[in-house]
Amino acid sequence: MTAIHVEGLTRRFGDFTAVDAISFDIRKGEIFGLLGPNGAGKTTTISMLSTLLEPTSGRALVSGIDIRADQDGVRRSIGVVFQDQSLDEELTAWENMDFHARLYRIPKNVRDERIGELLRLVELDDRTDSLVKTFSGGMRRRLEIARGLLHEPEVLFLDEPTLGLDPQTRNHLWDYIRNLNRTKGITIILTTHYMDEADRLCDRVAIIDHGKIIALDTPDALKGRVGDDVVTVTTPDAARIATEVTAPWIAGTDHHDGEVTIRLQSAEKHITELIRTFGEREYEVTSVSIRKPTLEDVFLHFTGKTIREEEATGPNRLRMKMMGRRH
Amino acid sequence: MDIVYTLWLRSIKRYLRSKSRIVGSLGMPVFFLLALGFGLNAVVRIPGGTGENYLQFIVPGIVAMSVLFTSVFSGIQIIWDKQFGFLKETLVAPVSRLEIMLGQTLGGATTAVIQGAIILVISLLIGVRFTSLAGFVIAFLFMTLIGICFAAFGIAIASKMEDMHGFQLIMNFVVFPIFGLSGALFPIESLPEWLVPLTLIDPLTYGVEGIRYGLLGTSAIHPLVCLAGIGATTVVMIVVGALLFRKASI
Repeated sequence: MTAIHVEGLTRRFGDFTAVDAISFDIRKGEIFGLLGPNGAGKTTTISMLSTLLEPTSGRALVSGIDIRADQDGVRRSIGVVFQDQSLDEELTAWENMDFHARLYRIPKNVRDERIGELLRLVELDDRTDSLVKTFSGGMRRRLEIARGLLHEPEVLFLDEPTLGLDPQTRNHLWDYIRNLNRTKGITIILTTHYMDEADRLCDRVAIIDHGKIIALDTPDALKGRVGDDVVTVTTPDAARIATEVTAPWIAGTDHHDGEVTIRLQSAEKHITELIRTFGEREYEVTSVSIRKPTLEDVFLHFTGKTIREEEATGPNRLRMKMMGRRH
Repeated sequence: MDIVYTLWLRSIKRYLRSKSRIVGSLGMPVFFLLALGFGLNAVVRIPGGTGENYLQFIVPGIVAMSVLFTSVFSGIQIIWDKQFGFLKETLVAPVSRLEIMLGQTLGGATTAVIQGAIILVISLLIGVRFTSLAGFVIAFLFMTLIGICFAAFGIAIASKMEDMHGFQLIMNFVVFPIFGLSGALFPIESLPEWLVPLTLIDPLTYGVEGIRYGLLGTSAIHPLVCLAGIGATTVVMIVVGALLFRKASI
């Protein structure tokens, strides 16, 4: 069963292509992640799928409903938690929920019961009558998630759900999200630029950069493409090591900013040989470490850049400017 | 209708909660009422000789001023909703933008009429006397029309504005002239001839004269003409506001 079907979806802002003909399918009940740097086109994608932004071209079905043909149909079947806060701070938690329930025409007899139930779920039931402006960032996020679930959507969009939250709150939220997915069977599509978030939470991850999907698979499979292990070498001779050191058991090397990443199978077996080679060829080596690959390595592998560098480059800054304050 | 009510309810809740804003936005009208009303009462004689003094004369103008400013401001407030993200929450819901716009307009108009009513009460307290109870009903009708008209106008402007930077510009070059030209503070019969057409294209003139007819029993413009003038402008503003709001990007 397909929850979301996307086909050649494109959005341009003037000359600039924010989302460039992306296609993917999300299965029902899946937690699907869009991973990429700020300005990669994640929020634009979410905006189009949630009918807030018209696509320039391409097609998408959410719960089998065409996002262009039946906007209200799509809106009824989705819940959205935006990247930027979208609560009314002058209202209480309960009033924010009540406002939402009325907008979605939830009948009066179920409205109050469901609001109470959801506020308990996100552990805000002791703060129902407090104004939202007195809430912490984590509490606001939890309230927004509860609100997004109020009309029992089939698909829940979470745009950078843990942005700006402390590690403890993030962990807490991840538990909620996973729980919701399991107990209610809600399909969840989330965007993030946190590697660990995508890794720990998502069933499948699409890596998106410059508006294009450059890889899509389960986190494990993506990391598997990089290799079983990664050896990172800090060295002034990065370029030389990356090109000169070869062996049948080396799956590939990338060098970047004084660091060489060597992807290989069973690093424990080959590390001595590797270090001997460094010694023989008189490379200057500051440090060597072995670790399991992360999605960061996957990103580096596919784009040649780390995600942080991507965020700092010109086109992405421009992109963010063009799309308004969405960082 | 449920949706319009939902948005209206939100406006009212927010309004009742912001005590400082209620008091703050009463400041200027009350100041005008006291300073001009008492200050010029002895000096100014209203032509036509129907007997009212200047203080009585400007009360309808100050009431209209209060309604005007509150309603424009409440309409423009959707820029805050835009900036603080709340507008997205309403736009992503399966409701039409027309319903959202109407709810916002009626909410703004209601708060504006309440502000105007407070001015009326204050003027009663400082001793101004009005003609009849039926007159109050007429005055409230015109206050409501002014409220709806300019709340919709505020939404139309807010739909075109990116942020609050242009707010001062709108206030100084649009809202103040609308107030100043309207005959809120002076009888329009005594204006120099070249200024009269400007006054007559100002929709607030009809609102002010309508309230004046209700409260004092006399007006420079026939009350039915007033009703047609402000009524037609209100319809136009709602249509323009709805169209611009529909196209507004977030």
